[in-house]
Amino acid sequence: MYDSDKIVPGLIVFAVLITFPFWFNLGKAAPAPQLELPKEEKACLEATPYMRAQHMQLLNDWRTSVVRDANRVYVAQDGKEFLMSLQNTCIQCHTSKVKFCDRCHNYANVAPYCWDCHIPPKEEG
Amino acid sequence: MERSRRRFLKTAGLAAAALGTAPVVKSLAAQTKVLPSPKAFKGQQWAMIVDMRQLTEEDIAAAVKACHTVHNVPQIPSVKEEIKWIWPAEYENAFPGQATRYANLPEKFHGKHFPLLCNHCENPPCCRVCPTKATFKRPEDGIVLMDFHRCIGCRFCMAACPFGARSFNFSDPRPYLPNGQAPNPEFPTRARGVVEKCNFCAERLAVGQVPACVEAVESGALVFGDLADPESQVRKLLRENFAIRRKAELGTGPNIYYIV
Repeated sequence: MYDSDKIVPGLIVFAVLITFPFWFNLGKAAPAPQLELPKEEKACLEATPYMRAQHMQLLNDWRTSVVRDANRVYVAQDGKEFLMSLQNTCIQCHTSKVKFCDRCHNYANVAPYCWDCHIPPKEEG
Repeated sequence: MERSRRRFLKTAGLAAAALGTAPVVKSLAAQTKVLPSPKAFKGQQWAMIVDMRQLTEEDIAAAVKACHTVHNVPQIPSVKEEIKWIWPAEYENAFPGQATRYANLPEKFHGKHFPLLCNHCENPPCCRVCPTKATFKRPEDGIVLMDFHRCIGCRFCMAACPFGARSFNFSDPRPYLPNGQAPNPEFPTRARGVVEKCNFCAERLAVGQVPACVEAVESGALVFGDLADPESQVRKLLRENFAIRRKAELGTGPNIYYIV
């Protein structure tokens, strides 16, 4: 190989640099967020894995249903009925935005703009 | 295992077909149920009658206050940036096409104000120009509504509306709420960069309450009802009285009537 004395160290430096984020952050993963769950209620309106993965889609569908179709009542899989409202239904149980919404959203580095308009629950203390 | 080309193509075709149907099956299985609220008022075309024979200046002030409180409408001092859902105007500004100077009507209403609001038109030009369909005429009840999530703030609707019923949030409206706090915690505020207007109290109709302005005027000079129902009070009032509409000649079909 021509110029192997330059190419081989160059390749090594390249490999080290490109893998830098992986070995630099090894073992330093941020702990999963600890959410403060409602104390009185044991179950959300749908199963937890569904809520965890799909709550944004659910809220989007609620919005469309309420605003466009004038249907404001959601019937959950188990038949329970809920008023479709982030501001009036969700926050009745999830009484803290900081200790519930924000913890996951900060961890996942997402910034939904729900609370630009909707009024967040009053934080205690 | 020997596999002929023919058999391979058959299997591949079947697999592709199955993949194609998967989203359909999934969406059918995941269909959730939604219902209208049980207490909701039902009507095909909501309308409002303003009985100018009874309405006083105090009534208008009460209606404006009630509406702006219920909907967390900010009080912005600058006229260029103000937000208004319902507001008072003099006869020649409310009815410019009919404002002959010394005729009966302008003389009668000299110094008096008309409450103006979104006319919830039958053929709303604001909805036709909206590029994102953020504003639309709801087929169920004829309310011209807004989906604030979709509004991109292009203000085409403001240019299209001949009644000046729409306001734009040039800045974050929250600091301009009374005491910096939303008076009604059950209703959202708006964000910078969206247009807003009267929603005919869609959220109150859904729980069986009349619009806030109608409720605030105790003399009953504001009457709310369904134009499609011949037995409704609004139709009765229109049958028995002479009423005018703002700029009806433009063909938008305004649904706010003023008995004069």
